[in-house]
Amino acid sequence: MATLQLKQVVKEFGDARVIKGVDLEVHDREFVVFVGPSGCGKSTLLRMIAGLESTSSGDIVIDGERINEVAPADRGLAMVFQSYALYPHMTVEDNMGFSLRLAGVAKAQRREKVLAAARILQLEPLLDRKPKALSGGQRQRVAIGRAIVRNPSIFLFDEPLSNLDAALRVKMRIELARLHDELDATMIYVTHDQIEAMTMADKIVVLQNGLVEQVGSPMELYHHPRNLFVAGFIGSPKMNFLEVRVIGAGPDGVTIELPSGATCEVPVAGEGLAAGSTLTLGIRPEHLYESEQAVVEGEIVVIERLGGETCLYLQAGDDSMTVVTDGDVAHRVHDKVSLAFEPRRAHLFDAEGDALPSLHRHPLAAMKRGENRASSSPTPDDQ
Amino acid sequence: MDNVIRRRTPGARLSRFVVYAVLVGMALVYLMPLVIMLLTSIKPLEEIRPGTLLALPQAPTLAPWITAWGEACTGMRCEGIGGYFWNSFSIVIPAVAISTGIGALNGYVLTQWRFKGSEVFFALMLFGCFVPFQVVLLPMARTLGWLGLSSSTAGLVLVHVVFGIAFTTLFFRNFYVAVPRELVSAAKLDGAGFLRIFWRILLPVSAPIIVVSVIWQFTQIWNDFLFGVAFSAYETQPVTVALNNLVNTSTGVKKYNVNMAAAMIAALPTLIVYVLAGKYFVRGLTAGSVKG
Amino acid sequence: MSSTSTAGAPRHGALRRTPSGLLQDWLPRIVVAPSLVVSLVFVYGFMLWTFVLSLTNSRMLPSYDFIGFAQYARLMENERWWVASTNLVVFGGLFVALCLFLGVVLAILLDQRIRQEGALRTIYLYPMALSFIVTGVVWKWLLNPSLGIEAMVQGWGFETFSFDWLVDPNMAIYTLVIAAVWQASGFVMALFLAGLRGVDDSILKAAQLDGASLPRIYWRVVMPCLRPVLFSAVMILAHIAIKSFDLVMALTGGGPGYATDLPATFMYTHTFSRAQIGLGSASAMLMLGGVLAILIPYLYCELRGRKHG
Repeated sequence: MATLQLKQVVKEFGDARVIKGVDLEVHDREFVVFVGPSGCGKSTLLRMIAGLESTSSGDIVIDGERINEVAPADRGLAMVFQSYALYPHMTVEDNMGFSLRLAGVAKAQRREKVLAAARILQLEPLLDRKPKALSGGQRQRVAIGRAIVRNPSIFLFDEPLSNLDAALRVKMRIELARLHDELDATMIYVTHDQIEAMTMADKIVVLQNGLVEQVGSPMELYHHPRNLFVAGFIGSPKMNFLEVRVIGAGPDGVTIELPSGATCEVPVAGEGLAAGSTLTLGIRPEHLYESEQAVVEGEIVVIERLGGETCLYLQAGDDSMTVVTDGDVAHRVHDKVSLAFEPRRAHLFDAEGDALPSLHRHPLAAMKRGENRASSSPTPDDQ
Repeated sequence: MDNVIRRRTPGARLSRFVVYAVLVGMALVYLMPLVIMLLTSIKPLEEIRPGTLLALPQAPTLAPWITAWGEACTGMRCEGIGGYFWNSFSIVIPAVAISTGIGALNGYVLTQWRFKGSEVFFALMLFGCFVPFQVVLLPMARTLGWLGLSSSTAGLVLVHVVFGIAFTTLFFRNFYVAVPRELVSAAKLDGAGFLRIFWRILLPVSAPIIVVSVIWQFTQIWNDFLFGVAFSAYETQPVTVALNNLVNTSTGVKKYNVNMAAAMIAALPTLIVYVLAGKYFVRGLTAGSVKG
Repeated sequence: MSSTSTAGAPRHGALRRTPSGLLQDWLPRIVVAPSLVVSLVFVYGFMLWTFVLSLTNSRMLPSYDFIGFAQYARLMENERWWVASTNLVVFGGLFVALCLFLGVVLAILLDQRIRQEGALRTIYLYPMALSFIVTGVVWKWLLNPSLGIEAMVQGWGFETFSFDWLVDPNMAIYTLVIAAVWQASGFVMALFLAGLRGVDDSILKAAQLDGASLPRIYWRVVMPCLRPVLFSAVMILAHIAIKSFDLVMALTGGGPGYATDLPATFMYTHTFSRAQIGLGSASAMLMLGGVLAILIPYLYCELRGRKHG
């Protein structure tokens, strides 16, 4: 059982503030992913939770106890590092058992615990090897095994998959999700890869410049991004942004005029918006479809055929746009296409980049990864 | 550089030949002094005549070596350089061990446990590598006197440690800077403290740089002359000082064969170290210096 | 691995900062403190001390009667000091230049996939293992006109061959250069060879595809990559040159006369044999000035380069 709270946590290196006051609540057995571009402070935040960086101000609380000054080893955490950080001169077994050895655990007991962890990760045949005799994926599993042996209340992962090739990364992603179910532990995972965040997280924390931009379930972030940054960061290919003009605003939404001259009413709260003011329209590539009643028209510049789907890169007036469409579409480069979208799929952002709140909540927005599973055990402290 | 394509034309063969000729020729030049030193050291004195520099000894003898070791005059005494040879060892071994140990700890702190001012500390240490020792010679002599270490082996050990840690710190810092920070982080999370991380994690992977530090310090201290001549008495002289005295002692006929044998004796320990471990030394040293 | 047992993680009961925890925080500083103190006293303190002595009229024993910069003025008027300084320029310049030339040439030649490279490398490098005293003794013997190289070549039938630099006051300084280059050029070779091995192969391939010839590739592509190595080599060589003391003592003893005096021997002779501590200290300070004149621009370039890199 472990919960974690961050209260106005700040980190300063000299004059530079890299974490600018972060508040966060992590529930028991939750899989939380910190995601953001490099330099956003996500790894620093994780290292602060681990106790590897001091906290300049604010509180880090585990299970109700403030642990700012507690030594890293005494926080009940385990961490898996990007470079794996295996001790090069020790065998796999010694690597995994090092913490127990330091804690004075007897040899037989140590071996038992290491074997138990090795079994979970299918590492038994490798126990006598040194790290340099292992493949990248095996090293990764040893690093996870070393964390499991400590039986921590919270697992911390610092970009653990970024040194693996694409195929192995997908495999390990699935394995980590399975481990989370099996160990029933709280996990905090740092990545710059939004796909990892979307596929593994119960809760995603989007960070930028040392600040939390949004916290929410993957579907919430996808369907209800709070601002331009989150909208652009989550989802691939990236969301299209167009500058639009307000024609009118009412209780059912905001009516806008697109660069093409077409108008539509987007169901967001925008009462009081002055006609004529500019907003940014956001529409995801997968939410654009070809239609006679063209809202957007453009010329195809590049076509990427992925088999199952096709990406069209368009020039629409001054704007570049991306469309994800059917795999069997017969277009060629330089073809002209006319596109439309459902207004309820569109997002509007004001001049500060903040989203106008949607009037309809997406039905899946509150869904957690665990609830995808048919036979999921009930989570006791569901918010 | 291994994959430079070579064309097997006659011109290329000729240039290949020239390359080998130059390399072998230079090798002979570099070897010549050692060969002559060795040849001369096993010749009886009668065979040392003008023009016989490269001649093989007619009646090879170890007598010059025996004389050099136990009988030759070094200044006022005539006991050979054997005793001074052991003097050198009793200076070198503790000085190398202590300075390497301190350097390793300093390098560890400077890379993995930085604190406010640790960069300044490093800069201060680094400058110590470049100080001409003449600047510290006289104050050092006075200080050794105050400490009651004048002319003692312990005093020489102290001097070599003091002026050696700048280099050993530099070596270990450059080596440990390449050790991933995450390795130490992982050990901290596993519950290891400052000394345990050093002992259990860093030291076991430090073999290459320990070799560099030991070889460097060993040759530096063994070959030292300035501190030896300035801070030692007859009984505590290192072998380099004794050798210089032996060669410059002018009583009767110059025994060049004995001089050469003594030079060989003084050179052997470092020579053996370089021939056996020089490869690791250069590898480790340049790994650091290229990286900065 | 059930979630109910968190016993493996010793969290509870260790939440306060213990005295041993505080010790852990200070341990790194405690560990480096002796080195810091030693450097401050034995390097910087002693430098200052020597500077103070250089302002006094100390002779046999240090005295503290200050006479300003009179010792420096005396030094400037001392012909022997000027010989020593000029010698250092000649010796240092030739020594650095020749070592670099030989070192680079040997390194490039050795880099051509040579058979027995390891053996050759060891042969070029071994003189570096020797003490300058040993080097001096050996070369003194080789350069001895009546028994050494001169006599040997004359013995081959070249009766007029003359190689008596060791006893020629005008040429003796060059014997120091010969012996020192023999000793140190192999080390420069090793530095450059390691540097060459570190040059990215693809750069060479690209240059080859561009049609550059091998010498041109080395001159235009490889050598610029080795600037850091060149810097280190120059630093180390200059440092050896300024400190050279042992070699002079063993090879020429400063002679004939004082023709091969260097600042290092000048300082030693005046401080320890001639009871001129004040003058010796002044000369030591000027040596330090010489080192700083090389070191500061070097460090400046290095540090600036690193920030930009």
